[in-house]
Amino acid sequence: MLNEDAGDDRPASKIPSRDPMPRLLILFAHPAYDASRVHKAMATAARRVPGVTFHDLYEAYPDFDIDVGHEQALLADHDRIVLQFPIYWYSTPPMVKQWEDLVLTHGWAYGQQGTALRGKQLLCAVSAGARQEAYTPDGFNAVSIRQFLLPLEATARLCGMIYHEPFVIHGTHRLETEGIAAAADSYRDRLEALRDAQ
Amino acid sequence: MHSDGFFFQAFVYLAAAVVAVPVAKRLGLGSVLGYLIAGAIIGPFGLGLVGEGGTDVMHVAEFGVVMMLFVIGLELEPALLWRLRGPILGLGGLQVGLTTAAGAGVAMTLGMPWQAALAIGMTFALSSTAIVLQTLQEKGWMRLPAGQSAFAVLLFQDIAVIPMLAVLPLLAPAAAAAVGDGHSTLVDGLPGWGKTLAVLAAVTLIVVGGRLALRPAFRVIAGTRLRELFTAATLLLVVGIALLMQQVGLSPALGTFLAGVVLATSEYRHELESDIEPFKGLLLGLFFIAVGASLDFGLIAAQPGAIAGLTGLVLGAKFLLLLLLARLFRMGTDQGLLFAFALPQAGEFAFVLLGFATSIGVLGLEVANPLIAVVALTMALTPVLLAVHERLIAPRIGTRERADRPADTVHDEGEVIIAGFDRFGNTVGRFLRANGVRTTVLDNDSDRVDTLRRLGLTVFYGDPTRMDLLHAAGIERARAIVIALDDPEKVRGLAAALRLHHPELAIFARAADRGDAHELLDLELQGVYRETLDTSLRMGVDVLRAMGHRGHAAHRAANAFRRHDEATLKELAAMREDRARYFTTARARIAELEALIQADKPAPLATRDLGWDPTTLRAEFSEQRTEDREQRTENQGSDM
Repeated sequence: MLNEDAGDDRPASKIPSRDPMPRLLILFAHPAYDASRVHKAMATAARRVPGVTFHDLYEAYPDFDIDVGHEQALLADHDRIVLQFPIYWYSTPPMVKQWEDLVLTHGWAYGQQGTALRGKQLLCAVSAGARQEAYTPDGFNAVSIRQFLLPLEATARLCGMIYHEPFVIHGTHRLETEGIAAAADSYRDRLEALRDAQ
Repeated sequence: MHSDGFFFQAFVYLAAAVVAVPVAKRLGLGSVLGYLIAGAIIGPFGLGLVGEGGTDVMHVAEFGVVMMLFVIGLELEPALLWRLRGPILGLGGLQVGLTTAAGAGVAMTLGMPWQAALAIGMTFALSSTAIVLQTLQEKGWMRLPAGQSAFAVLLFQDIAVIPMLAVLPLLAPAAAAAVGDGHSTLVDGLPGWGKTLAVLAAVTLIVVGGRLALRPAFRVIAGTRLRELFTAATLLLVVGIALLMQQVGLSPALGTFLAGVVLATSEYRHELESDIEPFKGLLLGLFFIAVGASLDFGLIAAQPGAIAGLTGLVLGAKFLLLLLLARLFRMGTDQGLLFAFALPQAGEFAFVLLGFATSIGVLGLEVANPLIAVVALTMALTPVLLAVHERLIAPRIGTRERADRPADTVHDEGEVIIAGFDRFGNTVGRFLRANGVRTTVLDNDSDRVDTLRRLGLTVFYGDPTRMDLLHAAGIERARAIVIALDDPEKVRGLAAALRLHHPELAIFARAADRGDAHELLDLELQGVYRETLDTSLRMGVDVLRAMGHRGHAAHRAANAFRRHDEATLKELAAMREDRARYFTTARARIAELEALIQADKPAPLATRDLGWDPTTLRAEFSEQRTEDREQRTENQGSDM
């Protein structure tokens, strides 16, 4: 279907006097977008941030058949990468893993010749159903979200990327309208800060 | 100058229409006003090109109203009619009742006896179905709440004409009451209960006959595959019902409306609609011209003050009553205003009622003639009023042109039109329906249509490549069309026509083979689908697996193959203009495909998914090992 990379609602990215290219690439992976509440609000907010390329992986690749060339070109064109996804079973949706497997190839992303991602920044923007207390040493899940996402952190390290403290919305099952709006607002602020940081 | 020759008359009418209507439309006034002006110009009180024949023309042209009601009936399924029963009876009943009372009151104040006053009140309670519906449809306002309400009121008025015609003789001075309305009917000699019985029998005949006899009859006619025969049968049906209704003393428009509703759920609905449409349009135009021609400028000039005053009084009083009703029925301000601006005129039935009332002596000619002028003036002013409303008033209060609730609309077509329902189209259609997408299916195999409908599917008979049929099926309102016909020529022709006339529509087209797909790709449709590609690839995957390939690898290989194939197809379509180049590129592409297949041989399926292929990584390691025999790097790839 339609690729939203050339989104219509980001006129600022088309103004030549600004950055010649959008710096910030959001790779969005949600297998059940229709049923989502928090990520719908976050995605809507993110699409409105100028200088952002929003790329919906489940919409672009409904059959997981990722276009590696296209994905690598997108990564090359941006220097701030955001992986936005809900956490299921303490991990990423399968699309994110599929994307890592196929796009971060040896000789491109890592290895002796693999320098394409070196120096770029990576931020994980995730949501979790349980409350923040559950992700503490005394809590039910014992470790933090950042620890659950260690594989991504290691991936970033291998590719020479700068890894940021994840942006986490906790306790999504308890969030109501105001909470969701607040989550979207703080996500927008985080994206703008990431975009504008030197 | 006068010539009674048929050709001369036809020439004058057609020329007037062809000249005046485009001018009126260009000025944004709508076709109705164009016809009215054309009529006034050529009429006996204008240039005098058409003379006393005007009244005869009026009678013929009234048949356009009959046909319009048939078409409206076709678009109105019984379930929808049932849903509108509240507005029809409540809103319609109140409108007719209150306006009759108010009109009679005013007439009595002006010194008329109560009988004449009541006749005048009834006359002016009615609005013009022809002018209002034509204008609402042309502007696309039928789907708005105001359009729905206006339609409900007009429908009630059409029904109310019958008791009005029955009541008028009771108001007449005893001596004159015996004079009929000029029509001799079969039921003239019958007593009251006999007439009622005849009416009931006629209505029953239409409802039961429509359900049981008409569909098999149309199936036989459709089976001959002669389009003109179908058109003839449609006209025969409308004329026959009109005749039957006249014989039992009912309104022909109401009878054909009923027949339309009965046939609204049949598979022939859209075919009937598109066959009758040109006749309806022409006759309605003729009707509007006749109304324009009946404007007696002499009479108006003789008593301009009185006529203008009465016209203003009728329009103003009806307008205020309609606004009151709109408020009562909780329409929004914008919808209420549109509703009131649509219906304040008197209608075509006013001519009938006034004529009848005069003939039986309820009204004198000295009263009726100015009133006829007033009726014609209010009708002629309606398109002007609506234009004023559209241009000056609606923008100030923000009229919403789009309906919020598509569920309550008169037109109930699907969001997706499926043209052709053979083995290809029926899979698409079943899939869409299973996922809750509303579809309108058109197919020209009457046996298949019959079978599918017996299975409970909504399928309509007709040749889906005909624009008029697509029009009747609601192509303007559809969001997408699936062209799944099995004749590539027809697919191409239809896709090209739709691309031209409906650039906003998403078109999905079935292609037979590569060559066919090329032609379709040139049209830049939403999607072009070669009918065997996916199935043969799926078969290929299964064969690969039977040969011992892993399932997932085979599946991904098929994806890669399809992507390559589609890319090739698009590239070739773009280059096809130059035939010579086409052939060389085609050969080059085949060579490339061969090369690709050759290249795939050593590792046939994993070539694309480099991320899962550790070959390069292992090469890098062994390189490092030979260079210096130090420990391996600790990178993540070591376990691959």
